[in-house]
Amino acid sequence: MTTDTTTRIGGVINGREHTFEVDNSLLLLDLLRDLGLTGAKPSCEMEVCGACTVQLDGLPVSSCSTLAIEFDGRTLETIEGLGVSEESLHPVQQAFLKHSAFQCGFCTPGMVMTAKALLEANAAPSREDVVHWLEGSICRCTGYEPIVDAVLDAAEAMARG
Amino acid sequence: MQILSDFQLHRPATVEEAVQLRGELGDGAALYAGGTELLLAMKMGVLDYDHLIDVKRIDGLRGIEVREGALRIGAATTHREIETSQIVQEQIPALASLARHVANVRVRAAGTLAGNLAFGEPHADPAALLAALDATVELVGSAGRRSVGIEEFVVGAYETDLGEDELIEAVVVPLPQAQTKATYLKFQVLERPTVGVAAVVRNGDAPVVVVGAVDDRPIRVDATGDVEDYVNAAQDAVDPVDDLSGSAEYKRHLTGVMVRRALEELAR
Repeated sequence: MTTDTTTRIGGVINGREHTFEVDNSLLLLDLLRDLGLTGAKPSCEMEVCGACTVQLDGLPVSSCSTLAIEFDGRTLETIEGLGVSEESLHPVQQAFLKHSAFQCGFCTPGMVMTAKALLEANAAPSREDVVHWLEGSICRCTGYEPIVDAVLDAAEAMARG
Repeated sequence: MQILSDFQLHRPATVEEAVQLRGELGDGAALYAGGTELLLAMKMGVLDYDHLIDVKRIDGLRGIEVREGALRIGAATTHREIETSQIVQEQIPALASLARHVANVRVRAAGTLAGNLAFGEPHADPAALLAALDATVELVGSAGRRSVGIEEFVVGAYETDLGEDELIEAVVVPLPQAQTKATYLKFQVLERPTVGVAAVVRNGDAPVVVVGAVDDRPIRVDATGDVEDYVNAAQDAVDPVDDLSGSAEYKRHLTGVMVRRALEELAR
């Protein structure tokens, strides 16, 4: 049912169908964290840092500043939907490991989902394309170069198949 | 987490339904598309609405087409759709480039051009270039439709000419002639531009230069002479304030630098 201030929504999260009755004011990040999907992090909470990034119909969004109702009828991917063992890691995750593209790991779920979204939109990005796409994804550990190297490496790995 | 207060959600299917809702709900309702400005302001408690009118599902508010010699950008079109549109890239590359550098990829994926204009945030990119290109917004309300130039539409900081029961249907940009050159340059250290300068030269005419993000609204530079004339006129015309992006003196200096760079780019 739907009341004055709630809405019934449904869509796919990491390959599985879900339906919810949510407050219209519920933020997507809170919906995910209540489901135990805590990879996306609340951080700046104003669409600046990228730590809460998930993919909605393939594109990166700030889940901290997106209403949960926007999930309705759409496909959502979070870091939890990617590989969980060393053998099953996504090429972006493998490249992050290889290049030591993280230290504390706080930004990494958002960074990986942002990078994955880029490679789905542009399979052969230039270094400039990667840097431009990652603007607004803040990492305080790495100095960014290993992350850019990792994304370019992942693109090559994915092209090789 | 920051908590939003409750609101009713309305999802009109047509422009007429949206106009009717606007009329019925008055200032207790906000138009909602990408939410990239609105939701932040609501989370901070700066704005509070009992109703949001989601215009994204309205037929005909999405998409980019060429109609009657102009590029017509539906109100619910996102910055990313403009950035990646082949029509925009071919017809008005400066607009595609501007869209490519709005905020960050997440904001571009959700935020809309019309929403950016309707929110009236002064520290934004699109209004200056749209003004220099003589763009208009097409508004629809209970009294019918009207077309308003960008400089008339943007009244001040967070203030526009949008009527209480109106919404933007489209942003309309006249197609530049083949000889027309346009550019938009900005300087930015935080999330929003410190200074943005749009310059357009049409077929050998004196350049049109508009400075954005410095004042509450875009400032058209009143000059027709050489680059120095434009630089001086622009620095006289702006009225900057000290803020996190820099001091007033710094922003006035930067305005001159960006005007010079924009005109030099067009002269190449």
